[in-house]
Amino acid sequence: MDYTVLLLAIPFLMFLLLGLVGQKLGPKMAGILGTAGLSVVTVLAYYVAYSYFLNKGLTLNGVLESAVNGDGSWKALTSFNFTWLDLSNANRPDLRIEIGMLFDPISVMMLVVITTVSLMVHIYSIGYMHGEEGFERYYSILSLFSFAMLGLVVATNIFQMYIFWELVGVSSFLLIGFYYKKPSAVKAAKKAFIVTRFADMFFLVGILILSYYTKTFSFEQINGDHAALVHTTMGGLTFMGCSVTAIALTLIFLGGAGKSAMFPFQIWLPDAMEGPTPSSALIHAATMVVAGVYLVARLFPVYFFEATSVLTFIAYVGAFTSLFAALIACTQTDIKRVLAFSTISQIAYMMVALGVSGYASAHEAGLGFTASMWHLFTHAMFKALLFMCAGAIIHAVHSNEMDDMGNMRKYLPITHWTFLIACFAIAGIPPFSGFFSKDEILTAAFESNMIIYVCQAFVAGLTAFYMFRLYFRIFWYNEPTFHHTPHEAPKSMTIPLIVLAAFTCVGGFIPFSEFITAESIGYEIEMNTTIATISVVVALIGIAIATFMYKKQNEWPDKVTAIFKNFYVWAYHRFYIDEVYLFITNKIIFGIICTFIAWFDRHIIDGFMNLLAWTTNLVSDETKEVQSGSVQQYAWVFIMGVVTIVALALYL
Amino acid sequence: MNVPVEFYLVLSTLLFFIGVYGFIVRKNLIGILMSIELILNAVNINFVVFNRFLFPEKLEGYMYGLFVIIVAAAETTVAIAIIINVYRNMKNIDVDSIKELKN
Repeated sequence: MDYTVLLLAIPFLMFLLLGLVGQKLGPKMAGILGTAGLSVVTVLAYYVAYSYFLNKGLTLNGVLESAVNGDGSWKALTSFNFTWLDLSNANRPDLRIEIGMLFDPISVMMLVVITTVSLMVHIYSIGYMHGEEGFERYYSILSLFSFAMLGLVVATNIFQMYIFWELVGVSSFLLIGFYYKKPSAVKAAKKAFIVTRFADMFFLVGILILSYYTKTFSFEQINGDHAALVHTTMGGLTFMGCSVTAIALTLIFLGGAGKSAMFPFQIWLPDAMEGPTPSSALIHAATMVVAGVYLVARLFPVYFFEATSVLTFIAYVGAFTSLFAALIACTQTDIKRVLAFSTISQIAYMMVALGVSGYASAHEAGLGFTASMWHLFTHAMFKALLFMCAGAIIHAVHSNEMDDMGNMRKYLPITHWTFLIACFAIAGIPPFSGFFSKDEILTAAFESNMIIYVCQAFVAGLTAFYMFRLYFRIFWYNEPTFHHTPHEAPKSMTIPLIVLAAFTCVGGFIPFSEFITAESIGYEIEMNTTIATISVVVALIGIAIATFMYKKQNEWPDKVTAIFKNFYVWAYHRFYIDEVYLFITNKIIFGIICTFIAWFDRHIIDGFMNLLAWTTNLVSDETKEVQSGSVQQYAWVFIMGVVTIVALALYL
Repeated sequence: MNVPVEFYLVLSTLLFFIGVYGFIVRKNLIGILMSIELILNAVNINFVVFNRFLFPEKLEGYMYGLFVIIVAAAETTVAIAIIINVYRNMKNIDVDSIKELKN
């Protein structure tokens, strides 16, 4: 155990400190402490990333360990790994729950993403949350979240991941319900927690099936040697005609789908926007929601070698979700909800990339894996940026609705430019980061599955359209009557915007494929110019349509709406998926199944208990007269007893 | 004049059961106390009679009779003190109506 443990210890201690004595410290001190703590963590994470990727060696426990194997592939390093719960015996010598820290390319990359976005959010929140009730509580939960998310990505085994997985769920719940006096926030928090918990149940069952056969939780053993352990212990086993491995991995994916808001678990994410905007940027855009993608990436060798069908399933789920969410995003009017649906759509992109990915680094077969992680990285930066810009706009006009906005580019110049950069990035315009990562995803899809490629290319166009619809509606369009003149956000809010915009500008030039690949062997990506051209043209068409329709107020949006009338209404109501959920839970589960169970409970179970109680009562009622407390009565019984005994003794 | 032993025993048995009857049916505390005295005296008669008829040369029976009288006197003193206190507090010495400690 050495300095790397501080990555987890500092946020956790900060959570305890701010949570316990935050009220005494006061908001200013709490904000400064939280931010300072996270700055240290960020510096550490950058140091780890620098030594791992660039120096190719990490000093752990005082020993400089090389980060590359003899054959040039990246090596997973463990800084510590202690046994938390030992479940081993002669049959299963390796089954123990451990807590440790694993450093390999994807976890180190995630450390950078999480700490960067989290630090920016900490700084931004000092301005955004200024004067809010519960400021200290907010910072303490942010620290808890940072701790949980960092613990999740450095997990050495699947059970540790599950523990931290639930912890991020809790902190997400707490932040969505931060304004707990607002009924809608409470409802959204409950919804998010219940939906993700429901999916986590599948995750747990998946873990248990996998570990039941492999007799270990460790990623190293499960993934090692092209998932040979899974192959020898579970290969060929079937249950009801399905491969057991496929069932386990599908269940694990469903857990990831819950956290990453894949169809049909996407319903919680738009409502999660009830939380404070910076926390949405951190949790519901950049880090927690990509945990599902990270999970699949973490177990990628198992998926690829043992359950290719599940990987195809993931690709189709991702493709459908991205299209579905993008269509809804085109119709929403609440700016945070547009961003929420865009997040769902972009995460689905990452899922698609994993789904279509191959494994080997040679001939760019594992391009999808790299592209997925790359998109995760760039998306985290530009989506956090978009959310923070949205926060600055909401801060200025005190409304989430597009109708209260318009022509704001002259009031909020910094927000305007950074928002525009992020829009270009998400739309996939070179040279911004989103172009590169999205282009690699499209290339991977093109080489694997034509249907998915066409779908994703169309979604890329939709993305450009709805993002620029948002952009023009906020910053151009007609100026509404403001309650007061909007003003640019304070420095604490604009600096994080500028930093993230800088990341967005340079994120595309990082040679990601050298660092992060499925096989851990670096390679060079050659850009496929045809596909790049197609995606840029599609994006430009999307932008052009958006410009035409929303730059100035005109009749075109209404005309287009009229053409797709029914479809528009459906999309506006999110295709009524929430209503379907309500129907299933209220009408079918509560209405039919639960009515029967409640009847059974009330009449059979309770009835039996009542019968027992009633009998006891009756017996005691009948016999309590014996204990009257009247000494004379006792004496009478006593005398009669003596007389009886004497009579028996004498005459028998 | 020589009274046979059976007469004494019949007397003490009668006294004893009168006492028991009184103890069970009387509701007045003083009445119950008097019944107890009757029971004790029935026992005393037995002590004395058996001593006189079975072991005339010994004194244990008489001594026990005296001992019981002394203990009964002490017991009566305490009981009457209690009854007086009960009467002061409850204005009543009827056993059926003294139930404040119940429940």
